[in-house]
Amino acid sequence: WCSQHDWVEDMSAPAYHLILEGILILWIIRLLFSKTYKLHETYKLTEKEKEELIEEWQPEALVPPVSKDYPTLNYDVVTGPPSHKITINGKDCINFASFNFLGLLDNERVKQKALASLKKYGVGTCGPRGFYGTFDVHLELESRLSKFMKTEEAILYSYGFATIASAIPAYSKRGDIIFVDEAACFAIQKGLQASRSLIKYFKHNDMEDLERLLKEQELEDLKNPRKARVTRKFIVVEGLYINTADICPLPELVKLKYKYKVRIFLEESMSFGVLGDHGRGVTEHFGVNIDDIDLISANMENALASIGGFCCGRSFVIDHQRLSGQGYCFSASLPPMLAAAAIEALNIMEEDPDVFRVLREKCKHVYNALQGTPGLKLAGVPVAPALHLELERSSGSRESDMKQLRSVVDYCMERHVALTLARCLEKEERFLPPPR
Amino acid sequence: SSKRTDLARCGNGLKSISHTQIGWLNLHKDNQNVPHNSSLYKKPFVESFEETPLWVAVLTYMGYGILTIFGYLRDFLRHWDIEKCHVARERDEQKDFVPLYQDFENFYTRNLYMRIRDNWNRPICSVPGAKVDLVERVTHDYNWTFEHTGKVVKDVINMGSYNYLGFAENTGACADAALEVTKMYGVGVGSTRCEMGNLDIHEEMEQLVARFLGVESAMAFGMGFATNSMNIPALMGKGCLILSDELNHTSLVLGARLSGSTIRVFKHNNMQSLEKLLRDAIVHGQPRTHRPWKKILIVVEGIYSMEGSIVRLPEVIALKKRYKAYLYLDEAHSIGALGPNGRGVVDYFGLDSKDVDIMMGTFTKSFGAAGGYIGGKKELIDYLRRHSHSAMYATSMSPPVAQQIITSMKIIMGEDGTTLGADRLRQLSQNTTFFRRRLHEMGFIIYGNDDSPVVPLMLYMPAKIGAFGREMLKRNIGTVVVGFPATPIIESRARFCVSAAHTREMLDTVSPISNMKHKRQKFTFIFSPPPYSYLQHGLFLL
Repeated sequence: WCSQHDWVEDMSAPAYHLILEGILILWIIRLLFSKTYKLHETYKLTEKEKEELIEEWQPEALVPPVSKDYPTLNYDVVTGPPSHKITINGKDCINFASFNFLGLLDNERVKQKALASLKKYGVGTCGPRGFYGTFDVHLELESRLSKFMKTEEAILYSYGFATIASAIPAYSKRGDIIFVDEAACFAIQKGLQASRSLIKYFKHNDMEDLERLLKEQELEDLKNPRKARVTRKFIVVEGLYINTADICPLPELVKLKYKYKVRIFLEESMSFGVLGDHGRGVTEHFGVNIDDIDLISANMENALASIGGFCCGRSFVIDHQRLSGQGYCFSASLPPMLAAAAIEALNIMEEDPDVFRVLREKCKHVYNALQGTPGLKLAGVPVAPALHLELERSSGSRESDMKQLRSVVDYCMERHVALTLARCLEKEERFLPPPR
Repeated sequence: SSKRTDLARCGNGLKSISHTQIGWLNLHKDNQNVPHNSSLYKKPFVESFEETPLWVAVLTYMGYGILTIFGYLRDFLRHWDIEKCHVARERDEQKDFVPLYQDFENFYTRNLYMRIRDNWNRPICSVPGAKVDLVERVTHDYNWTFEHTGKVVKDVINMGSYNYLGFAENTGACADAALEVTKMYGVGVGSTRCEMGNLDIHEEMEQLVARFLGVESAMAFGMGFATNSMNIPALMGKGCLILSDELNHTSLVLGARLSGSTIRVFKHNNMQSLEKLLRDAIVHGQPRTHRPWKKILIVVEGIYSMEGSIVRLPEVIALKKRYKAYLYLDEAHSIGALGPNGRGVVDYFGLDSKDVDIMMGTFTKSFGAAGGYIGGKKELIDYLRRHSHSAMYATSMSPPVAQQIITSMKIIMGEDGTTLGADRLRQLSQNTTFFRRRLHEMGFIIYGNDDSPVVPLMLYMPAKIGAFGREMLKRNIGTVVVGFPATPIIESRARFCVSAAHTREMLDTVSPISNMKHKRQKFTFIFSPPPYSYLQHGLFLL
């Protein structure tokens, strides 16, 4: 009887167990054969629903409407050559608005050389530099520029804006760090955006702020030395800032460069052909060794009165742009007559270094003359050829400030002096300069 | 659909069967609302892209593999100073800085590109017309440096410059007008468009461009590349979608990236891929949030310069209308070169230019000048005048360049009173048809549409790239060869640009020479004679 009882007991536990196991097995079989689905596909739209969505969707207008009396909508039309005397909207004025620093825009020698080049080469180049778009004029201009600036090599671009905007992304990629001045011009900002690097802004011309940022970066590097060994660091500054018309403190920057091991890119659009005893720019102005600057970029549209831009520096640095500078490889080359005009302008600069002294004196003269104007304050240094006049007291709204400045400009034009409002895209600029 | 044919039985890259296929394409099997597109094309649309034969692909990969191994070997030798290093070095004072370039970035440049570098950047010293004078250069250290001998190679037939209508000339009406303008205005401008750089000649040119294209208004910029990269960001922003073709030009890609919009890529000229992307985008909205897109922009080119293909514009416009997207058409190569009146790809298909929202193009190729333009509705151009980066910050176009555009455009339109424009257009289309047919008859693999003046001839093997370029130059023909990374790695090609300035005799000269040289290269699929240093002569058997 005991053994039977034991047996029944043995059987009852397994029976309960068996039923449980049986249920589990059935559940597993069910799970194995049920369809799996991801969460977001639980709502599968039918074709009809899709068609309805497509019918309903309305895009925005391609462009938002622009009000008719927007100031920059209607450009001032200039008839005739844009030189010292300029005819705007029918009025003859003295031109204080173009970047014609050395007065070469209507120089006869430059024009003659451009005409000669036109007679030889025609106007366009019909191709990028790689595919039969390299003319001997281009090579000559590059070698002349590099000799003038006392660097190893120079590279030519066909558009001033594209020069620095292509140079920065050629070297700095995602993961690299760039320290930029807040007052950097728009072309630099586009270059920074295209490079996808980490951007750190320091206050305008404030070396302590820059040093603070560099120290912070150094501490970060100590935490992660492997990453720091492959992260490139750059400082991008302008020689003469177009937005504030003052000069960057180059000697201190060079000291910081060697202390923290960052490379310097110098943008000299405004200072090339202006600063320095021979017009070599801010490096000559301060007496800094040009090899200390890794890359100097400038456009030829200000002092050289041509079109285009160039970068110069050591071959180690510049040669890389010949294959990876987008504005160089994928764009047509500079028309040869413009290159010939630039060569002749360079000749004039080299022959007569006195012109820079004359320019500096005239700048000082204008600066002193404009100093005491009531209601307006002058921004810039005495040697800067492009000065800004800002309102002393802002009315609070940018629009009314602009209107007031516009009326100042119109008043001047009535009296045959041409000035212009400095234009900028409000939504795109990172640090909006005050109206002037 | 115009898919690659898979019937290419080839020996030495010669195709043995005809490849023509008509481009009637069914967008859907269960086509609901999009009109059946056989009615969209007024004449046959013949395009072909033959598939690479398998054995050619294998050999090409082998060739690249061998070159890579040798590259590593030479890097090793350079590192241990066994071979003299010509690569420029960092300054001694900056030796402990973070290296400017990663070693691997330049691997391709150092070891593959350097071998055949003499095929590119050839300097010229005359007008880039049908015949050009090249500056002779020699290299004593295997392409690391070049020296000019002082001699000039005269009268090289120029199959490389983008001179479709032959306006690259230094005599004639265009050159005379440009001379006059240079005397009057000078060369530079010195100011931006919106400040003091808007000359009357710019206004005249823009009105003429608008009339030429058949749009309400147009605006011109100083550089074609910059036109794309500065205006797409002004039109698109966050929350917008850009649908861009696989093979779009770098400037379009850069412009799309700078705008901050989402970018989706559809297969090259493939309308099913584009439609699928459009439907998915509208139905599902933005990723993750599913908000509806603000705007959708389709970015295509008129003629793709590496493939020679023409965009399927009627279908793109049908899709755009159906799904309410906007169309950005980049006519860099096709303006002036296609169409019975030279008005570009819209003219070629006989469509209405008002259907294309933004027509962009460049003046470099067919007009012999420089710069770019955008044409469209008046609101669009007014907006761009206010918001374009180029108008605010970049210098305006040089006056003689603007005059060249005005004169050449008037000639094409026939407004100068002669038939010169019509003659050139006819000559170009005749030259294109003749040249393509000749190359077909000889059995080459040619990509692209039968009507496009860009003729890519497939080479495939890496060694052939260098050999083709050099051999053609020896016979006084200048060609353009392209390899990786401008093209996919196994599809290296030589590209001919037919011009209205080429005569029948010139084209007759070019075709048999390519044929003869191509046949000679039957067995040199890897072993073209690259330059070597003396030390390696003993090491390598090739």
